[in-house]
Amino acid sequence: MLLKVKNRDDNRRQRIGHNSFGYAGFTFFMLAATFLSVSGRSSAQAPTTQNPPASVAPQNTDPQTPNTVFSDSPRPRPGLNIVVLDPAHGGTDTGARGTGGIRESEIVLQFALQVRRALESQGFQVIQTRMANENPSFDDRSAMANAQVGAVFVSLHVSSTGLPGTVRVYVNSDLPPASGGREASGLIPWDRAQAPFLFLSHKLGDFVQGNLAVRFRGSPGSSQAAAIRQLRTTAAPAIAVEISSVAVNDRLDLDRMAPGVADAIARGVTDFRPSYVVAGVPGGLR
Amino acid sequence: MNTRWVAMILGGLFGAVIIAGLYFPILKQRVKQTAKIQPQSEEQARRELTQSLTANPTEARVNAKLFWASNVHDSSLTPVTVELPLSNEPVLRAKQVLNTLLAGPAGPELRTLPPDAVLLAFYLLPDGTGIADFSEAMASSIPSGIESEQRAVDSMTRTLAANVPGITRLKILIHGQEVETLAGHLDLTGSFVVSPRAAQAVIAPQIDPLASSAIPFTPLTPMSASRQTYAATPEPSTNSRKP
Repeated sequence: MLLKVKNRDDNRRQRIGHNSFGYAGFTFFMLAATFLSVSGRSSAQAPTTQNPPASVAPQNTDPQTPNTVFSDSPRPRPGLNIVVLDPAHGGTDTGARGTGGIRESEIVLQFALQVRRALESQGFQVIQTRMANENPSFDDRSAMANAQVGAVFVSLHVSSTGLPGTVRVYVNSDLPPASGGREASGLIPWDRAQAPFLFLSHKLGDFVQGNLAVRFRGSPGSSQAAAIRQLRTTAAPAIAVEISSVAVNDRLDLDRMAPGVADAIARGVTDFRPSYVVAGVPGGLR
Repeated sequence: MNTRWVAMILGGLFGAVIIAGLYFPILKQRVKQTAKIQPQSEEQARRELTQSLTANPTEARVNAKLFWASNVHDSSLTPVTVELPLSNEPVLRAKQVLNTLLAGPAGPELRTLPPDAVLLAFYLLPDGTGIADFSEAMASSIPSGIESEQRAVDSMTRTLAANVPGITRLKILIHGQEVETLAGHLDLTGSFVVSPRAAQAVIAPQIDPLASSAIPFTPLTPMSASRQTYAATPEPSTNSRKP
């Protein structure tokens, strides 16, 4: 079922403006600029909205100069700039639960705050799929990443099992090509949106896992493949980071891991940044 | 008359008290006996029925290779050879090995599937896809987590690959229904490859992270049983990642 498709032309248009600037707003201001140019009115006389978006450039008062919208707007650098951070579970879904009352949904939210700070210190814009004890659906979380350009998706988990004090990175298992040539038309089926990004996801996963293995002895040296529901519908390089585990006797054991996990993820994503622009990979460039 | 009736009523009441006094110890004993009998759940009854159907002592005993956890803190699986009376009929054979897998290894900590889960049914489609229908305990009792859920599926796919020829994929249902995830992580909307190669691989080699970043390669681990989503035609059984 084709629930949602990504159109690369749309993405290119979005790249012109600010990432958070909506397509509807972009279209409105483009139309307004066209109207003003045609009518020859100066921008200073143009009617403005009460709350213009921050990304709109200062109005051009020189009638000799072409009126350029977004001329001074902060254009995003090409490539990877955004990390969509996903503290898994939440709401009524507590995820893994330890005998000591440790809940995965609470731990990952705390980890997310530290990971966010570490990523922002590396210059990334961070978008979280949830900020409180709520539970967006798998598709809602994926949609937050799929709406971005130049983004990666990092889902945070705490396991029930595994050697305590270790961290594993997972990427989605292989997804077979879609039948019917849908991808040839530039449309990506929602239910297998991750397929074109698997190559980049593995690279990202290996970079992050390599940094984690240095900090947490006993962790694997490379990322592993698993059929993770959350990653399948994500149209971006996507990984799941799973920390072991809720079975620890003292919650402080997990809390002590947070700075190392945050630093390793931030460094891993930074290391991956040059690899994000890989020609010839379907979906690698948007 | 009144005196006579009063005497009769009192006599009747006295007799009832005597009878109740005699019957009470018997009643108490019966209640105790009833309490000793454990109530049999629907799933337990179904399990007994299933096992009685699948375990046929007249069938030839063969060495079956079952995949349980290698150790408590490791996601890898270890094959354990168990002598079982296995049918030559694939569906019955698949039920037999999966039920043995559910029964668990000698060490309960090495179990990969919940002890209270029950295999309700197993079907085999013409394209080689096996459909295993488990009770709700498979989803509700399994430890939540990517590692534990993937290990559970890997133990099933590798056990089927090692013992039941002809099954190329495994689709998992919970109480007859397709569910989104096993326990919040692993995707059950598709089917899993049942690969003979996966059954042969026991120890996961470690890869240099820098080398693996340059050349994408999935180590042949229990974690790497590839998931396939609704492929129109059966795909070759492979466990390695596409470059």
